[in-house]
Amino acid sequence: MKKEDSTQGTRYGMVIDLDTCTGCGVCSVACASENNVSVLYDESDKTRNITWMQIYMVTNGKGFPKTEVGYIPRPCMQCDNPPCVPVCPPTATRRDPNTGIVSQIYTRCIGCRYCMAACPYHARSFNWFDPSFPEGMDRYLSPEVSPRMRGVVEKCSFCHHRLMRAKAKAYADGRRDLKEDEYIPACVEACPTKAITFGDLNNPKHTVYALIKSPDAFRLLERLDTEPKVYYRSTKDWVRRMADNYLAGEFKGRG
Amino acid sequence: MDLALIPNGVQRCSLKAFVPWLLLWLLIVAWGLLSAFLVLFKGLNQTNMNHYFAFGLWIVFDLSVIALGAGAFFTGFLTYIIGKEELTAIINAAVVIGFICYSAAIAMLGIDIGQPLRGWFIFWHANVHSMLTEVSFCITVYLGVLTIEYLPLILSNRKLNEVREFNIFGSNLHHAVALFAAAGTFLSFFHQGSLGGMFGVLFARPFAFREGFSIWPWTFFLFILSSIAAGPSFTLLCVWIVQKVTGKELVKRSVFTMLAKISGWLLATYVILKIVDTISWVYGVVPRAGLSFMDFYEGTYGVWLIIAEIGIFGIIPAIILITPRLRERNGLLITGALMNITGIVLNRFVFTIQTLAVPVMPFDKFMSYFPTWQEWGIAIGSIGYGILVFSLSYRYLPLFPQEAELNPVTVLGKAVTDSGVVKRG
Repeated sequence: MKKEDSTQGTRYGMVIDLDTCTGCGVCSVACASENNVSVLYDESDKTRNITWMQIYMVTNGKGFPKTEVGYIPRPCMQCDNPPCVPVCPPTATRRDPNTGIVSQIYTRCIGCRYCMAACPYHARSFNWFDPSFPEGMDRYLSPEVSPRMRGVVEKCSFCHHRLMRAKAKAYADGRRDLKEDEYIPACVEACPTKAITFGDLNNPKHTVYALIKSPDAFRLLERLDTEPKVYYRSTKDWVRRMADNYLAGEFKGRG
Repeated sequence: MDLALIPNGVQRCSLKAFVPWLLLWLLIVAWGLLSAFLVLFKGLNQTNMNHYFAFGLWIVFDLSVIALGAGAFFTGFLTYIIGKEELTAIINAAVVIGFICYSAAIAMLGIDIGQPLRGWFIFWHANVHSMLTEVSFCITVYLGVLTIEYLPLILSNRKLNEVREFNIFGSNLHHAVALFAAAGTFLSFFHQGSLGGMFGVLFARPFAFREGFSIWPWTFFLFILSSIAAGPSFTLLCVWIVQKVTGKELVKRSVFTMLAKISGWLLATYVILKIVDTISWVYGVVPRAGLSFMDFYEGTYGVWLIIAEIGIFGIIPAIILITPRLRERNGLLITGALMNITGIVLNRFVFTIQTLAVPVMPFDKFMSYFPTWQEWGIAIGSIGYGILVFSLSYRYLPLFPQEAELNPVTVLGKAVTDSGVVKRG
């Protein structure tokens, strides 16, 4: 499948500052509540519960007192060369060339899970159960996001409905372009330490444009050629080392 | 009681013995049906699959039975296209086995998808870039071809053949058999390949990813080769089991020898190419992903898997089956065929399960998976279904043209000479 040209148009992406992230999990909770993510009867089953924004805890592997802990929040990487898109038999997932966002059409997904096998980030979740929400929580469901039925795959959409809302507002105001802060996903808005920055990676006026060019910026599993649009930032070499696989002597650090 | 249905010139066990045999397998099928009902009614939470193991036992089983079912198209190809006349002795059995394998695989895929009622979306909203789309198209069409190939056989049942329309219809279909053999060969080459391609294209899964030729990763070609290596061995093994169960010689030994020889040489070629592929993967894809060979093997999914797959169940059966002195001995012939099949099933298992078990992100962990009784139920239930269909076909249809000749039936001291094969005009 032909690779999309990632230098043209709008490409929404985010930069997550791992040195600022405290692993509090607010992004994850905000995401779940914003996107009507259903709750399992047994949420302790982490191989089947649904989390669009998964937070991984990593350590430097050293004993006390040199132990250091870090957190890697992992939304969908919204890859420019997504491994999940070309494999989907009924074309239920697609990279939007106008935004770079990888969408998932829940009503077209047949639940074959081939996309999950293709994604190395485990960013996709399958609905093993009928969607359910604890008593009372059902009253807080967002009318902007359709809940997913049993038997389909779902994933982070960069809160696509917020983009739609922002665009509708801009059109009403007679504008075609969105301002930088007009569209941000729920996780970005909720982060108490402002560790996540969101914007158009191709737009020099957006903060992310400069951030991704910093020597501290890196992406997860860059060597696999998936071209993620989620960047991370850390000054710590051991954290950066966690982002990819390296053969002995290959990892140079920030040098 | 059912004597009127049994082909002329051959002997079958009594209905009293046949019914308990059927009941046994029906019981297994009932286990499968109960499991299928639970999965369709309650969802895929009835399995042990999860976000890591998006594919499980059923996909391993699907890939395996489709590979083993390749005996049908390949025997048809050898018989009708290449002109290996001797194989007409086994072609009917090969078609029935193929039909069983493909119908079971499609049924299982229908249960395996989360939204079975949307299965047709694959055809309606087809993504031509997906290997799974190609597989779905080809196996569905090929099941149609197999049904067309199976139909004349069903219509040649003694009673059905008395109906004039059936006789004419069956006869016409029979005349077009070479055309269907050719169509089957074309379709099979592509879907066997695409099943391999399914894993080879996963460029973000270094364990499965392979480079290749044009749009086809090397696994595309390796899957074709391994299926035509294992298919004839599986047909051979099935017929040998039928011979043991019925206590009769149904096919001449020379047919077995020919299948074994073909299987052996194809397996030998496959094993050599698989070794070349593995070496190029170890020195190409693996280091490029920043990994080393041993990163892919841990715990249950240890390095023993690759030794077993290529060494024990690859090289050894290839040697047995290509060496005339060895394959002439019945015990070794069957061991060779069985080991060949085991190696190919192991290959499908490794590509499906180990691909998903291996962590790609450095902070992720190795996972393991074991199916639930419902998953086993559907897999083993399909074996029961296969044995049922084959048993009924063997009893009521002239499956083996050489059977009457090899097992002359005497009635009141006189030999019944009718070959049992319904002659078509």
